[in-house]
Amino acid sequence: MTEHDSAGWFAAVDPVDLDGAREAIEDGSADEPRDWPALAVDAGFAADDGEYYDRLHEATVRATREAVRERERADDQQLVHAVRSMDDAERTANELAERVAEWAGALFDEASTGVAGAREVAERAPETAAERRVVSLAERVVDIADEADDLRAFVERTAPAVAPNLSRMAGAVLAARLIALVGGLGDLAKKPSGTVQVLGAEDALFAHLAGRASSPKHGVIYTHDYVRNTRPEDRGSAARALAGKLVIAARIDHYAGDMRPELHEELDDRIAAIRARADS
Amino acid sequence: MTLPDGVVRRTFDGRERLATRGEPVYGEPTDGPWRLWDAGRSKLGAMLELGLDTGLAGGESVLYLGAASGTTVSHVADFSGPTYAVEFAPRPARDLVDVAEARPNLFPLLKDARKPATYAHVVESDLDALIQDVATRGQARVAARNRQFLRDDGRLLAAVKARSEDVTADPETVFEDVLDDLRATYEVLETARLDRYHDDHLAVVARPRTTD
Repeated sequence: MTEHDSAGWFAAVDPVDLDGAREAIEDGSADEPRDWPALAVDAGFAADDGEYYDRLHEATVRATREAVRERERADDQQLVHAVRSMDDAERTANELAERVAEWAGALFDEASTGVAGAREVAERAPETAAERRVVSLAERVVDIADEADDLRAFVERTAPAVAPNLSRMAGAVLAARLIALVGGLGDLAKKPSGTVQVLGAEDALFAHLAGRASSPKHGVIYTHDYVRNTRPEDRGSAARALAGKLVIAARIDHYAGDMRPELHEELDDRIAAIRARADS
Repeated sequence: MTLPDGVVRRTFDGRERLATRGEPVYGEPTDGPWRLWDAGRSKLGAMLELGLDTGLAGGESVLYLGAASGTTVSHVADFSGPTYAVEFAPRPARDLVDVAEARPNLFPLLKDARKPATYAHVVESDLDALIQDVATRGQARVAARNRQFLRDDGRLLAAVKARSEDVTADPETVFEDVLDDLRATYEVLETARLDRYHDDHLAVVARPRTTD
């Protein structure tokens, strides 16, 4: 399996153990292909080529079926919890880091701010009771910041399995945020694109509906390159185009689940056309 | 140009069409044991229909990248030897597994064609043909990385999709760039536009460049 990288999938597998074979096919790797059928026969894994291919067929069908099932079970609710936890952890780490910076500034000569500052404080050797407390608090900040990073990595791994098109279009984190804001992928798939365009800008939207402000052009999708890096007078158009395609992506992911490259191309075309206005 | 053994032209609804012998998989028309291979749904089918010299004679060992739901690869497995089918997206791979179940020489793999190390422990070396139909940027890079599976006189049969590389550029320019990249590892033998069946696709037949 993974002991060394010049062995075939069958190296550590009992010919009749389909679960072991599945694991070997899914998680294994090799630096280069070799004449596996002949090597398998030499190793006694199969009596001849025919038996090897039969076993390979059985194992690949089983492995792929299970892997597909697992990937499809990847749950949008886990993603919702993870992205909310990530945001909470990041916010909490930043707040506590400010507290650490304020306190450490009173105790130590040089103390920088933010999570990076807290990391420095956590490295110090405390000499007094007060220093012990602030260093300990800084250690907690570092732990929470690390947890936020791990949560982000989990989101980035999970989102493409839950919503492949939406994640490709929006990036894993923004895709997860959109899903979290409405509560699930199925709910997002049922939203009109105008709603998705202003998700996360509810305050501005209700101020507008109460007649106190102009309508918001974008919500969290502002973080998307296609909105943020389009010139201000065209951002409304860009946000509208992006939101429209995001909703279609969410619908494909929820109801079909396959990757549709055309959809991404259409959006790229549309944004290129909107940005071209700046040149005319 | 001759078709590989196991691929024939038969008359369906008054027209000569390609067909292979095997279990139907997607509701295609059948004629006895033969089932229609629709060139409009399959880029390799279009290459054979257009008469490209694919070098396929039937019975080859094949690595197929971008198998999707298994439409084309089911026909390939009908006339080939061991056929490894790589697909990255779970949803189409579910259909691919169903297609593979009834074909003992078809081995489905849920893997990323850009990372051959993740399946080099399963796919054997010295294969006769590498068939590539991946909708990703860097199609030449995928072909180069998977060169290691091919025997020295094997064939790369690729359907290059212009819009996967660059949506805004002119397809001709994109094809030239891809072919240039490809020439670092392959000797390009023949190319043809597939537009009659598939918009903005270029069929490429190539042979590995040997180091001597």
